[in-house]
Amino acid sequence: MFRRLPDFPAGPSLTIDFEGEALPARAGESVAAALLAAKVAVFRATPVHAAPRAPWCMIGECHECLLEIDGEPNRRSCMVQVRNGMKVRRRQGP
Amino acid sequence: MPSKEYDAVVIGAGLVGAAIAYGLVRIGLRVAVLDEGDSVHRPSHGNFGLVWVQGKGVGRPEYARWTLESSERWFDLNASLVEDCGVDPGYRRPGGITPALSEDELCALKTMLERVRSESAAADFEFEILDDARIRTLLPACGPEVVGGAWTAYDGHVDPLRLLRALHASLDLHGARVRSQTKVRAIVPLPGGGFEIAVASGPSASSEDLAGYDPPKGSSLDGGETNKRLQAQRVVIAAGHGSKALGSMVGIEVPVSPEHGQILVTERTASILEYPTLSVRQSDEGSILLGGSKEDRGFDISAPVRTSAEIAARSLRIFPQIAKLRIVRSWGALRVMTPDGFPIYAASDEYAGAFAVACHSGVTLAANHVWQTSRWIERGTIPPEMACFSPRRFESPSSDVSKIA
Repeated sequence: MFRRLPDFPAGPSLTIDFEGEALPARAGESVAAALLAAKVAVFRATPVHAAPRAPWCMIGECHECLLEIDGEPNRRSCMVQVRNGMKVRRRQGP
Repeated sequence: MPSKEYDAVVIGAGLVGAAIAYGLVRIGLRVAVLDEGDSVHRPSHGNFGLVWVQGKGVGRPEYARWTLESSERWFDLNASLVEDCGVDPGYRRPGGITPALSEDELCALKTMLERVRSESAAADFEFEILDDARIRTLLPACGPEVVGGAWTAYDGHVDPLRLLRALHASLDLHGARVRSQTKVRAIVPLPGGGFEIAVASGPSASSEDLAGYDPPKGSSLDGGETNKRLQAQRVVIAAGHGSKALGSMVGIEVPVSPEHGQILVTERTASILEYPTLSVRQSDEGSILLGGSKEDRGFDISAPVRTSAEIAARSLRIFPQIAKLRIVRSWGALRVMTPDGFPIYAASDEYAGAFAVACHSGVTLAANHVWQTSRWIERGTIPPEMACFSPRRFESPSSDVSKIA
């Protein structure tokens, strides 16, 4: 699916925790980009119909990429830059 | 009578114009729809999405009946659009609830609904006054300040953007010509009947938003303005805030003014509101919409934080658990208001075949506009029982409006 361009982002490698699993990321990229590069296909289920969703716009408009980031629910993961050791989970509860 | 290029030209492709045009193409008329452009105010892009009957038509039973009828016909409209184009506006009619935050509010609701029932002489007008236990059965999300409320069977809601898209998609499939970025410069009645409509098309004809933007030469935005003329047997003015100026070209007064309404939308969440209320509803995808403000702000469509705060505060008194949800968007839009708040349905006395329609309830009344108003326009006359919606009611302030009906 998605691959990083060879030279972008050029930042140092780091690790984030997604659902208890360590995923590689690079400083300067968004959480959404790191997950897509790690072949995460489903970011969330819609609250009413439980339809699977993944990032669509990557610019903060569509709200399809919502994730719980460091305990805060419903963050737009395309708008949050990765940090080493960041804890990322899918939406919990309603 | 010489045959014109179009049987009808509808000016305005918002919810009112698109619904009338959809009715006309379903009858088999050749229709063009002219839409000015993205710089205009477009209430159809900003509304709340209620198909609402409760409390409408106090002192004007014809309006209560007209609204109720549209709610009944909405099932057919939704089915027809889905069948035509596959886009589902998602009409749901669980009934609507108005929560009351005090005994006075509850009393006023009861008085109002009893009055609507007795005035409209509809003994079967179905409503229920809910006590504090009953309202919590229906809407468990009600907070401790809610003392009761009113329920009527006829209220529902719809996704207003999907409705607009469904109407436009269906218009295309039925062969209507929908021209965007097309501003009407003049409507000229022709000798022998019919009209010539002079239009200017292209971004510069309509778009103030693009002022100061210099499009590259040869791009699609470098269109400048082209002038065209269309001929039609009938012309329907359904241009919202633009209808006043257009109406004067065919001798119809359309006294409308903008009323500012503001809406906040929360992030999507599990279904917690089974019934819509007049100011808070949950969409079929889980977003909660908060609204209900009414302000005179001229043509300003900004969404000031002060108004957002008032809307949020009132909504939280009714449904406190909304407090934990994020607001993802807010916007302002301008209701098309007549002096008495009731719609205008007008046929020109001077020029047969010219009509104007204006109202603030383009969603609620969409079904009537599709199934009924289009028929009046096809026949060329508005039926006598609708005469109370003529703008003539505004002509003499001393006349007793209740006698017109």
